[in-house]
Amino acid sequence: MEAQKYVWEGAIPLQIHLNESEVTTLPPPPPALILAPRIGYLPLLIPLIKPHFAATLPPGVDTVWFDYKGLPLKWYIPTGVLFDLLCAEPERPWNLTVHFRGYPNNLLIPCEGEDSVKWSFINSLKEADYIISGNCKNVMHMSQFDQLELWHSVMNGNLEAYLRTSSKLKFGIVEDEYTLKIDLCSQKSRKTTGEVGMGGQMKTGKIPVRLYIWSVSEDFEDFEDMPKIDSWDKISYINQPIEIHREEGKCFTLHDALKSLMPEFLVDKSLIDEESFRLEGEDEQVILSEDLSSNRMAAEGREISCQSVESTCTSGAAEIKLVRIQGIEPKLEIPFSWVVNNLKNPEHFLHICVCLKFPQVNSLDR
Amino acid sequence: MDVSSWDGTLSLNEFSLAAQAFEEKWKISNSASPPWLWVNAPIRPFVASQKVDGFLSMENICLLRPSEDNGAEVSRLEEEKTSLSEKEEAIDDATLVHSNHHEVHYYDFHIVYSASYRVPVLYFRGYDSDGLPLQLNEIEKDLPACSAKVLLESKWTFITQEEHPYFNRPWYKLHPCGTSEWMKLLFLDEAVLAESKVAIELHLVSWFSVVGQVIGLRVPIEMVNGRIN
Repeated sequence: MEAQKYVWEGAIPLQIHLNESEVTTLPPPPPALILAPRIGYLPLLIPLIKPHFAATLPPGVDTVWFDYKGLPLKWYIPTGVLFDLLCAEPERPWNLTVHFRGYPNNLLIPCEGEDSVKWSFINSLKEADYIISGNCKNVMHMSQFDQLELWHSVMNGNLEAYLRTSSKLKFGIVEDEYTLKIDLCSQKSRKTTGEVGMGGQMKTGKIPVRLYIWSVSEDFEDFEDMPKIDSWDKISYINQPIEIHREEGKCFTLHDALKSLMPEFLVDKSLIDEESFRLEGEDEQVILSEDLSSNRMAAEGREISCQSVESTCTSGAAEIKLVRIQGIEPKLEIPFSWVVNNLKNPEHFLHICVCLKFPQVNSLDR
Repeated sequence: MDVSSWDGTLSLNEFSLAAQAFEEKWKISNSASPPWLWVNAPIRPFVASQKVDGFLSMENICLLRPSEDNGAEVSRLEEEKTSLSEKEEAIDDATLVHSNHHEVHYYDFHIVYSASYRVPVLYFRGYDSDGLPLQLNEIEKDLPACSAKVLLESKWTFITQEEHPYFNRPWYKLHPCGTSEWMKLLFLDEAVLAESKVAIELHLVSWFSVVGQVIGLRVPIEMVNGRIN
């Protein structure tokens, strides 16, 4: 599965600056340059970062945390998701500040290093298990050894080891008959849909999803001009499973999935313009990022054509300006099952960053 | 709803119905105790407005050190504190509980619906008399002995510290992954609960009769016994 490989190899270049007030030497230490895996977590980078600054830190106990332009970063959100969410216009390298003191306990859950991250991961995995199979048995019955191996494969970005260990979880993948049909039609033997046959398909159509939504009130030419997110209160976090509704002859698209969580928005007609189905050489809609070769995604997307989404004009609703998953902006018409199978994180959650634009007139008063 | 085939979970709508019923029954049979209050979830304009989204809240609860036999007394000492300060004597707040030689701890409890587990989840946080948040090892001392023991054994899976689903602040929560299983068992015992409406209304009462014990909040007998009426 090529796509999953690209996701696992995706990384964000970070430039980590030590918090000014913790610099005790002159000249101040240069920032640390770290390549952070998308599917990883910031606290896991501390062993790489600390050596750069150890000599200059004031005495005391370390309580490490990061901030981006003053916003303390939630360490249990995968690094790639934080980047997609907080950098509408991708910043490379991404400039973060590291703190070794003064942990904001009133805002952030404490982090005791790798252990905290591991347990957060395992708890999310359990939650995904529960959503998919109705109980936590798959994860609970995994031996401590296997759980550790799974966790280590994520920490080390080892996809092979991950696939090996996670097959014991028997989660299966989402039935993706739609992509399979295309495959048969084109008579290519591509590995992409090979997994559909093995490992079993999901019994329920419930998908673990974490949605991060922020909103703007006007159009912006460049993402750079968008107002910065300076507080977590500006982001709505929706942790809710999406249920796939299968209808005869119709594929359940990413758009359908989002709509099920936010039924009152309106899709801008331009987003589903017929023109955009035929991809030219340079596809502006799919932003190329160093961290993920979206050309591949575009290529696969090209082969998928769906019925166009009907756009109904309802007033007072919001418009989707941006949908970002694993650093790419998938077309909303792509089958949701493909998105889930290929773009989900190792704990089996699909993290989606969405920017909505609300109309100027406040028609939401009731 | 056929109780025998019930999986122990409930929908968001059922949760809000159950919460209403719980709120009322608590008030009736537990009038000396502070009430549970329904709080509407913060408005997110783009999420379906037809959904009744909210949680039950009971805040500023003082958990005194649990006595040997029972769970902790629930009382609201806040009012008493205020009246003390009105007297112009230098009264040390600590004298209020000096007899126990224990610091007074205050707790906020929220019962929130989990869309992932489809069950109610108890979120809580504690703080000392200066308003400083309590760490888990301090909270542990306020819990009944058996809970403290479980806490020790399953540090990361029993009580976890997570963000409150609606507020960007760290809260503690009782991990919900076993809830549907034991709820199912609870209801299986009650032949009377064949009627679905009754079952939903009693959901939170039954749920709390178990969960409350974990943190040392007693459910009055009347609430539990009064079910059949």
